[in-house]
Amino acid sequence: MQYYLLGERAVVMQLPHAGAQSMACQQRLWQVARDLRLQGNCIDVVPGMNNLTAIFDPALQQATTMLENLAQLWENAEALSFPSREITIPVHYGGEYGPDLALVAQHHQLSTSEVVALHSEALYTVYFLGFQPGFAYMGGLPSQLATPRRAEPRTRVPAGSVGIGGQQTGVYPAASPGGWQLIGQTSLTLFDPQNSPPTLLQAGDLVRFTVESLSV
Amino acid sequence: MSNSAPQFSRQLEVVKAGIQTSVQDLGRQGLRHVGIAQSGALDAPSLRLANRLLGNAINDAGLEIVIGPVSLRFLQPTWFAICGADFKARLDNVDIACGWRVLAQAGQVLHLVGAAKESRAYLAVDGGIQVPEVLGARATDLQAGFGGFQGRALRSGDILPLGEARTLSQALGVLQRVWTPEIRAIAGPEYAQFCVASRKALWTQAWKLSPQSNRMGVRLQAHALNLSLPLELQSHAVLPGVVQVPPNGQPIVLLADAQTTGGYPRIATVIDADLWKLGQTPAGAHFCFQQVDLAQAYAAREQAELQEFRLERSLDWKLRA
Repeated sequence: MQYYLLGERAVVMQLPHAGAQSMACQQRLWQVARDLRLQGNCIDVVPGMNNLTAIFDPALQQATTMLENLAQLWENAEALSFPSREITIPVHYGGEYGPDLALVAQHHQLSTSEVVALHSEALYTVYFLGFQPGFAYMGGLPSQLATPRRAEPRTRVPAGSVGIGGQQTGVYPAASPGGWQLIGQTSLTLFDPQNSPPTLLQAGDLVRFTVESLSV
Repeated sequence: MSNSAPQFSRQLEVVKAGIQTSVQDLGRQGLRHVGIAQSGALDAPSLRLANRLLGNAINDAGLEIVIGPVSLRFLQPTWFAICGADFKARLDNVDIACGWRVLAQAGQVLHLVGAAKESRAYLAVDGGIQVPEVLGARATDLQAGFGGFQGRALRSGDILPLGEARTLSQALGVLQRVWTPEIRAIAGPEYAQFCVASRKALWTQAWKLSPQSNRMGVRLQAHALNLSLPLELQSHAVLPGVVQVPPNGQPIVLLADAQTTGGYPRIATVIDADLWKLGQTPAGAHFCFQQVDLAQAYAAREQAELQEFRLERSLDWKLRA
């Protein structure tokens, strides 16, 4: 595990090699995040993919102390074992909701039903949130569904769109430009600043997609 | 949602909105882990100063003005102060100097024409702009479309609610600090992965601000910066001030509305004490990065804090006098 400063008010711990993403490492990092929040010395604790950044006030904490603390917490942490929340996301697959479903099926020489079955039968884990409020980076996409991003991103992907980008799947909480292959859409709200908490998902959640409908 | 504010008795009418004028305070902290950016004034010291001139809380919401002309009508007597870039402000027909607090009478119109040098002006009003707080702040998140006034830049006809009037006695001004073209930065986590020539170029090139720059980040143009070897990074947290280098080699300095995670190499981080400068560099202008170490960054931060503290005490005394 590497430890370093990011600027003057953040410390980072990072798994050295950018190889396959390690779930066990991520679970341990969630534990460290939890411990850091309980300690109450951080302004924010932001998980990434196999890394964790703790933002602090330099007037109150010393960078070197923060780094030592991270190392200590990592040593003591075990992969987070408390029960995760399981969130169900109902999806309207295909048709106008998932304009790229047929393309994804063709790419893998599967039927659209097979793609939907594979996608909705898997259990996903939210590694961390980023990119947009409430956007969850999820692990667990069956390798048979990994599909390259579109050569030309769309200028506008509707809010709630469920997509596949490379080896990842996820849901766009808000309309935005996007390069993922869109296979469906959910009417669930993933981000609402008036809600408490404002995001449906958080790091460590388990996610299941269910088939609300399947259009051709 | 109506444009009026029934529960507040004082209001500010947007006659001409300009472009990208938005309600900003000092932003939201502690929500990056769910993908929510800080937002808030890009030149925070100027907003704080304008607020201090009026006896406001430093975090009271004001307007961030980027492109004029902007015209605002005061519907009741209102003290206001403009800090940051000089937008050649006029109250009705009278020229207003940047950095002074002024009492406007009901019906008077404040005109802000445009900036000659720096790029953002901050208008504070006594009592602050009292739009509802969203996720703990009144800052507008223009990317995600929430907070501030209806989550968007202002439009003609918008009516902004103001807080309670303050009794202030005399005109008061503070000398504005001046933008200079050196921006101090610390070498970033991936600094050593760049080739020697690029590391040198980071500190010696005159970087030009691209017109594609905005509240998410300033895009810099000059000779491309190159890695020694291809580098595959996992997504990681980023902060305002982080200098990312995408594959085209043209750096992006992240600002208050930037995404909370990224995957590009981080060649440097601008020091907190100089972040305001990025909010005040006009498009097309040039600046250099000046390398400092962590100790110097902390020293600069302390110096800036001390200066603000002294100013606050001095203003406090004058407010009571």
